[in-house]
Amino acid sequence: MLRSSQPLTGPNRKRCPEDEVLLGMVLDEGERGFIIDTRSAQAAKQARMTGGGTEPKSSYPQWKRLHRPLERGRPLQESFIKLVEACNDASLSMDRWLSRLESCHWLSHVKAALSTACLAAQCLDREEASVLVHGAEGTDTTLLVTALAQVILDPGCRTMVGFQGLLEREWIEVRAAEVRLGTPGRLHPCYLPCFFGVPQAGHPFHLRCARSAYSHARLKQEAPLFLLFLDCVWQLSRQFPFSLEFGESLLLALFDNAYASDYGTFLCNNEKERRVLGVKENTHSLWAWLNQPEEKKKYLNPLYSHNPLVIWPSVEPQSIQLWQGLFFRWIRPSQYLEEARAEMQRLVEAK
Amino acid sequence: VENVRLLDRVSSRKAALGTLYLTATHVIFVENASDTRKETWVLHSQISSIEKQATTATGCPLLIRCKNFQVIQLIIPQERDCHDVYISLIRLARPVKYEELYCFSFNPKLDKEEREQGWKLVDLNEEYNRMGIPNDYWQISDVNRDYGVCDSYPTEVYVPKSATAHIIVGSSKFRSRRRFPALSYYCKDNNASICRSSQPLSGFSARCLEDEQMLQAIRKANPGSDFLYVVDTRPKLNAMANRAAGKGYENEDNYSNIKFQFIGIENIHVMRNSLQKMLEVCELKSPSMSDFLWGLENSGWLKHIKAIMDAGIFIAKAVAEEGVSVLVHCSDGWDRTAQVCSVASLLLDPYYRTMKGFMVLIEKDWISFGHKFNHRYGNLDGDPKEISPVIDQFIECVWQLMEQFPCAFEFNERFLIHVQHHIYSCQFGNFLCNSQKERRELKIQERTYSLWAHLWKNRADYLNPLHRSNHSQTQRTLYPQMAPCNFLYKFWSGMYNRFEKGLHPRQSVTDYLMAVKEETQQLEEELEVLGERLANLQKMQLNGNKIQSKQQDRSKQLGLSASTNSLANTPQEYGSDLKSFPSRSPSQGDEDSALILTQDNLKSSDPDLSANSDQESGVEDLSCRSPSGGGCLHSEDSGKDSDEAVCLAV
Repeated sequence: MLRSSQPLTGPNRKRCPEDEVLLGMVLDEGERGFIIDTRSAQAAKQARMTGGGTEPKSSYPQWKRLHRPLERGRPLQESFIKLVEACNDASLSMDRWLSRLESCHWLSHVKAALSTACLAAQCLDREEASVLVHGAEGTDTTLLVTALAQVILDPGCRTMVGFQGLLEREWIEVRAAEVRLGTPGRLHPCYLPCFFGVPQAGHPFHLRCARSAYSHARLKQEAPLFLLFLDCVWQLSRQFPFSLEFGESLLLALFDNAYASDYGTFLCNNEKERRVLGVKENTHSLWAWLNQPEEKKKYLNPLYSHNPLVIWPSVEPQSIQLWQGLFFRWIRPSQYLEEARAEMQRLVEAK
Repeated sequence: VENVRLLDRVSSRKAALGTLYLTATHVIFVENASDTRKETWVLHSQISSIEKQATTATGCPLLIRCKNFQVIQLIIPQERDCHDVYISLIRLARPVKYEELYCFSFNPKLDKEEREQGWKLVDLNEEYNRMGIPNDYWQISDVNRDYGVCDSYPTEVYVPKSATAHIIVGSSKFRSRRRFPALSYYCKDNNASICRSSQPLSGFSARCLEDEQMLQAIRKANPGSDFLYVVDTRPKLNAMANRAAGKGYENEDNYSNIKFQFIGIENIHVMRNSLQKMLEVCELKSPSMSDFLWGLENSGWLKHIKAIMDAGIFIAKAVAEEGVSVLVHCSDGWDRTAQVCSVASLLLDPYYRTMKGFMVLIEKDWISFGHKFNHRYGNLDGDPKEISPVIDQFIECVWQLMEQFPCAFEFNERFLIHVQHHIYSCQFGNFLCNSQKERRELKIQERTYSLWAHLWKNRADYLNPLHRSNHSQTQRTLYPQMAPCNFLYKFWSGMYNRFEKGLHPRQSVTDYLMAVKEETQQLEEELEVLGERLANLQKMQLNGNKIQSKQQDRSKQLGLSASTNSLANTPQEYGSDLKSFPSRSPSQGDEDSALILTQDNLKSSDPDLSANSDQESGVEDLSCRSPSGGGCLHSEDSGKDSDEAVCLAV
C-alpha cells in the first residue's frame, strides 16, 4: 500500500517520467494496481485547473483509478460542530433526534471512511493487488485510509505498541516505511526500508486540532480527521471486541491529547516544525507516559486475545453506532457502564 | 420441490441450491451441497406473510416474512410449483383450529409428571406470597372463581381488604370488559401498590358508587399516602374520544383524592404500522446512513419504546420515591396497561430481573391478567387489525434497560430473543388463546408443554456473566436517565436483524465471559479438591501410612483456547469496481473462519442455528459441540423434538 499526494498534472496534462517509473516499479509485468483517490471524480478533474489532477490512464496503464470521495476540511468540521450541538440539545424530543443526527452526516462520514479503508484492504488482501492512496495534499483523508486499512489488515497494528507505531508512522511522522503484512513472503522484493522521512508530510495537527467543536472562531484549516479515524477504530473495537489490545479509554486519551496535551507528541504540523522547535529535546513523549505499567493498565482491553486474521467490519448503517463514550462523555452517566467494565475485568482477572 | 434456490439476504451472489419441503408444521429447506446438507426450518406459526414476486429468468421468487423477523427468499424454478407452494403456505400459516398448532403435536419425550412439573415451575400464589400478601391490606378474592365477574381475568385476583364482593362486582360493571381494578404489584417496604384495570364507562357524566369505593379501597390500602395516582396510558385525545362512546376516564371531581395523569402511548394500530415501517427500513438493499436514520425516525418506533419506558419510570418513581399507589389503565387494560405495569415492576423489584422472576412477571401481568395472545400474535387466522407487537415492545424495553444497566439482569439478550421467538412459535402452550379461561377450556396444561421449563433447563445459555446477586445494580430500583436520553435508545439489530449474521459482532462477549466464569469456578473447585487431598495426604504421612495416590482423571476439558479466535469474516461488497478483476473465491473456512472454542459443552438452544448461518464464518461448527464431543445440536426450531440431540451434519 502506498500513499502520496495528487500528481501535478495541471491543465496541460504534464507528465513526469520519474513518477511513472516509480509507480511502474511497484507492479510486476502484467500485474494490476489500484489508485484510490479520496476526491470525487469531478473534484479531481477540477483540481487540474489549479495545477493538480489525476494520473492519466495512458501514462499509468497498469493502474486502475477508483474514486471514493471522503469529506475533509470545512464541511467535516461543520459536521462535527453540528453533531456536538445536537448531542447537547436537551430540548430535542425523540421524534426529532434521529433526523437531527442524520443532518449532521457524521455517521455517514464514518461509514464512508470505513468502507474506503476496507476497499483498500480488500485490494491488498483479496485481490493481492497494490494500492496507491491519495487525495489532494496527502495529509488528511489519505492518512485516514492508509492507517485504518492497516488496523484492519495487520494484527500487529492492533496491539498497544503496534497502534502507537501506526500513529507515529501514518499520522505524525509519515515516514515512508515497510510494514509486514500477513505471512512472510508477501513483501515485495522491490521495497527497501527508507529512513528518510518526508519532513512536511505529517498530518497538520496544530492546524486541524485547534479549537474543537465549541469555538466560535471557525478556523479555515480546522478539521477533525484524526477524530474520524479514532471513531472508525472505535467502531472496529465494537465489532471485534476481542481483537484490539487497547480499549476506548486509549482512544479518548488520544482525542484529548490531539487537541491539548502535556506532551509534545502531537505538537506542530510536521516533522520539520518539530525539529525547528526542538520538540524532542524540550518536551516529553505521550507514549512514554502511556506505556508506564500503572498507566497502561487503564488503557488495555481485558478481553484482548491475539487475532491473526483480517478483521472485516460491517458497514451497514445498523452496524455503525454513535460513539457515545465520546459524544456523550459529559452528558451520559457512565457509572453503570463503568461497573460493567469493572465486572468484566474482575471476571477475566479471576481466571 | 427440488432445485429451489435460497437467496442470501445480504449478498445476492450467495444462493444455496436445495430441496424445499412442506410438512404439517414446518417449511424445510435442505441444501444439496453434499458435505453440509444445511437445513433451514421455519414453523408455520412463525410465518407472517408470503409474497409471490414477478417471475424472472431464474425462476419464481417467493418471499416469506416471519414474525421473528427472519426473511426467507426462495426462487422456485417452475411457476406452477411456486403457485402450489404459495397457496399451501397461505393455508398452513393461517390455522383455523387450535389443534393445528405445533404445541399439540410437539413431543419432547417427557412423561406426564415431568410435563406437570414443568407447568408448576411458575406459581403465582407463591409470587404474591413473596410480595407479602395476604396481609392487613390485601387479600386474595375468589369472586371471579367461575369467571363470572370477568371472563378475561384469572380466577384468583388480589384486592384491598376493604373491597367487598359487592364493591368488586359493582365496579366491574362500570369498567370496559368488566376488568375491574386489581393488584399487579405490591411494595411491602412502603405499602404502595400498582393496580390495573380497564377504562371506566363514565361517558360524559356517568358515575358508579362501587367503582369510586373500589378506588378508595385501593387508596386506603396504603396508609402512607393520602391520594392515589390514576394513570391513563392513552393520549388525551383518544381518551376523550372514548367518552362519546360511553367510556372514557376518571373525573377527579368524582373520585376522592385521586391525581389523574395521561401518559400518551399510542394504540395498537399505530404500533403495528410503526413496526411495519421499521421492517421496511431493514429490508432496504444497501441503505445509506441517511436512508436508515430517516427511515427509523419516520417509523416512530424508538419514540414509542421511550413512551412506554417513560410511563414505567413514572409509576416506579411514584411507588418507590413518593410511596403513592398507582392505578393504571388504557382502554381495555390488556395492552398498554400490561406493558407499563411490567416495566414498572422490573424497575422496582430486582426479583423480576432474575430469570425465574422474569418468567413470573410475564406469567402474572401478561398471561394471567388476560392478554389477547391469539389476536395480537396471530396464533390462528384472524383479523389483521388485531395484530400488534405489544409484547415485543415490552421485551425491547427490557433489552434497552439491559444496555443501560449491563450488570442488573440475570439473563442475557439471547433469553429475550428466545422468549419472543416462542411467543410466536406456538411450540409451547403458554401463550395460546386470549385468557386463562380459554386456556383451561382447551386443557392446555394437559396437552402441551411449558416454555418456562424448557428455558429453565437450558438456563446456562441465558445467563448474563456480569450479573452478581450482591452487585449494587441488582439490589435496588433502577432509575434510567430521564433527560437527555434520546441517544440511549438504540436500534435493536440483535432482534430485527437477528438472522443477518454479517451485521453482528462475530465474537460473543457474553459467551466468552460465561465460559471464563465457568472455567474459573471449575478451577476453584479443583483447587479445593486438591487442597483437601493435600491435607489428607499430610495427615496420612504423619500417621506413617502408605500413601495411595489415585490418578484422578479429569475428563472434562477445561481449555479456553483463546488462541483461536472467532472471526467471522468475509468482507462485504465494499467496491463493485473490483468485479472486473478476477477475484479469488472466498476462502472456505481456514483463513477467515477460525472459531473461538469456549467450552466443549457449549450447547446452544438457539432457534436459528439451523437457519441462515454463514457457512464461511463457520458458525455452525460452534453449535455442534456437545458434552460427548460429537456433532450434535440442540435446535429450537428444528421440528425434531428440541430436547433430543439433533445432529446436523457439518
